[in-house]
Amino acid sequence: MTLHYPAPGASPASIQITREGRLKHFLTIEGLNRALITEILDTAESFASMNDQSVKKVPLLRGKTVINLFFEASTRTRTTFELAAKRLSADVLNINIGQSSAVKGESLLDTLRNLEAMYCDMFIVRHADSGASQFIAHHVAPHISVLNAGDGRHAHPTQAMLDMFTIRRHKGDFTKLRVAIVGDILHSRVARSQIHALNILNTGEVRVIAPKTLLPAEVEKLGVHVFHDLEQGLRDVDVVIMLRLQKERMQGALLPSEHEYFQLYGLTEERLKVAAPDAIVMHPGPANRGVEISSRVADGPRSVILEQVTNGIAVRMAIMSMVMGANPGGAA
Amino acid sequence: MKLQIRGGRVIDPANGIDQVTDLFIAYGRITALGEAPDGYTPDQVIDAGGCYVLPGLVDLAARLRQPGQEHKATIASETRAAAAGGITALCCPPDTVPPIDSPAEINLITRLAKAAGQAKVFALGALTADLKGELLSEMAALKAAGCVGVSNTLRPVTTTLVLRRAMEYAGSHDLTVFLHPIDFELANQGCAHEGAVASRLGLPGIPAAAETAAIGQQLALIEQTGVRAHFCRVSTARGAAMIQRAQYDGLPVSMDVCAHQLYLTEIDIGDFNSLCHTQPPLRTLRDRDGLRQCLGRGSIAAISSDHQPHEEDAKLAPFPATEPGISALETLLPLTLQLVDDGVLTLEEAVRRITCGPAQILGLSAGTLSVGAAADVCVYDPEQPWTLDERSLLSAGKNTPFLGWEFAGRVTHTLVDGRVAFELTA
Repeated sequence: MTLHYPAPGASPASIQITREGRLKHFLTIEGLNRALITEILDTAESFASMNDQSVKKVPLLRGKTVINLFFEASTRTRTTFELAAKRLSADVLNINIGQSSAVKGESLLDTLRNLEAMYCDMFIVRHADSGASQFIAHHVAPHISVLNAGDGRHAHPTQAMLDMFTIRRHKGDFTKLRVAIVGDILHSRVARSQIHALNILNTGEVRVIAPKTLLPAEVEKLGVHVFHDLEQGLRDVDVVIMLRLQKERMQGALLPSEHEYFQLYGLTEERLKVAAPDAIVMHPGPANRGVEISSRVADGPRSVILEQVTNGIAVRMAIMSMVMGANPGGAA
Repeated sequence: MKLQIRGGRVIDPANGIDQVTDLFIAYGRITALGEAPDGYTPDQVIDAGGCYVLPGLVDLAARLRQPGQEHKATIASETRAAAAGGITALCCPPDTVPPIDSPAEINLITRLAKAAGQAKVFALGALTADLKGELLSEMAALKAAGCVGVSNTLRPVTTTLVLRRAMEYAGSHDLTVFLHPIDFELANQGCAHEGAVASRLGLPGIPAAAETAAIGQQLALIEQTGVRAHFCRVSTARGAAMIQRAQYDGLPVSMDVCAHQLYLTEIDIGDFNSLCHTQPPLRTLRDRDGLRQCLGRGSIAAISSDHQPHEEDAKLAPFPATEPGISALETLLPLTLQLVDDGVLTLEEAVRRITCGPAQILGLSAGTLSVGAAADVCVYDPEQPWTLDERSLLSAGKNTPFLGWEFAGRVTHTLVDGRVAFELTA
């Protein structure tokens, strides 16, 4: 077997774009251009209007087989991917691998080879290791497309796209916006993908707000302004994106307590007053109420959290149809 | 058996020699330089015109994977690769399976190396029993069996008290302690340098402080115990500067850097290239330049290969799940000599860092071309460009990020005890 290793210094994401500039895989936002991101958003828009109709299915992926390959638990993401695939008339197989195969000593590559032998067309992958979807895309048979549904702390590009979609629906032009991402940036693949997407879309200002224990080293190099104080960071922002705080963060001595975290970084109606009067509040879910966000805000008039979930279906339909080379033009 | 190496540029830093001349070898030893001894008739002549004639290289750190990990490599395969890289003596760290913590493992390794008949193999013994970092190893027995020093490799010593006692005990037996400066809590199971690249790729990071904090603590204990210590594979500019300062202050400490840290940085991880997964991790450009500076000043006395051959599968996984390490025996010499072109070292100093420099750290008389010394010699043609590819690698491990690199020259002959262990075939 001859091995193909990516050359050192290869530009990230280079394998997800074909020579003609089309999406082959969808692994990370980094390296995509604005035109392509805008095309995804526009395509999603056409699917979104379709989702309001009584017949919600189109035959764009008829005869295609999509495998939801989840090495890490997920309900929301897996379900919306499944729904999106079914609305495109694809056959969907859900495989939750968890730890079982790892325990049996089967390597990731073995698992892939076995699934490839089942003649499928698309893998939707979630894995606990950063870079897992890139690795899979490098090694799958050439006819298979890989969609990253979250790899370690690295990327969750479809989540970022549905967030951009939601922001665009409410705010339109990104260039005038101030967007703040609040919470555990260090462990968040969602935040990394959002930051890339916002910067590619020329967002006026991207801020991150967190204590130093929850920020990655040299985070400013990702193109963000750093705040440790919530009130300063939220001043005049148009979009507030709250991140989920995993409870195990207290164990690693990253934070003293949920109580103090909520005191300092929890989003309440009071705190939201310094933001722009029409600011929207987002959360990739599932939210810890009373830890990072109060119920009054999560369920309040500024919250677009449930819209994000709904938009997730249209955005994932758009990306799936684009990587499969299907023309969504007739879908609307 | 008499062998004459004719007309090469003999470079022997230990003796301050750099001249075009002949080298005469008889019965495994160097018998003369320049003029043939009376009545000398060679059985074989190697024409070294245009070539460098160097002492055989001494490598401070090469994993041979035997005993216990023969699916990765064997002593036979790796000593052959070493000879192809001009290396005639190498030191294997004690993290074999089982670890080298009794004379039995040392005897086994010595026997297998003798049978292979290529590069000479020296072993470090475990600093603590089973490398578990809790109890002392039987250092006197290890020394009697021939170990050239003791180390806990990349495994933690549980407490500073155990480390202090291990240093004192090693010192009692006149053993050098080989330290890998890692604070394992700070490293926190990271897999890449904590910096812009790891942050972008979402890889758990190992901060520079994981190295400097350990160096600070270890230097304090070296001062307390007076043990002779060597810092292995220093990866940060700051860490190297701390050790350099300790040297100026008169502490008996030395350090080495591995060749790839003088070239690669975190940026080379690129798009999760698992071949660039190393431990310690590839650091920043500033670190690389700082290490090059300390090398130029002489505070870094040796360049090691840190050879870690792997089977294919070890690198075929998502980056954090891959095994760290580079197969590096065959790139040690070309990468070191490249530093001359880069203006980091003179040719003599570059050769010193891979011959008598490391030999001195190991307490070996190797790494020189002194008359009477074992005839361990490397003949290198500086004008024979080649490209590193998988087929040209003799090591069982093909895991190197330098595949595709072009080097200016290559080893044509390697002699071990006056015998041709490697000869480049056209």
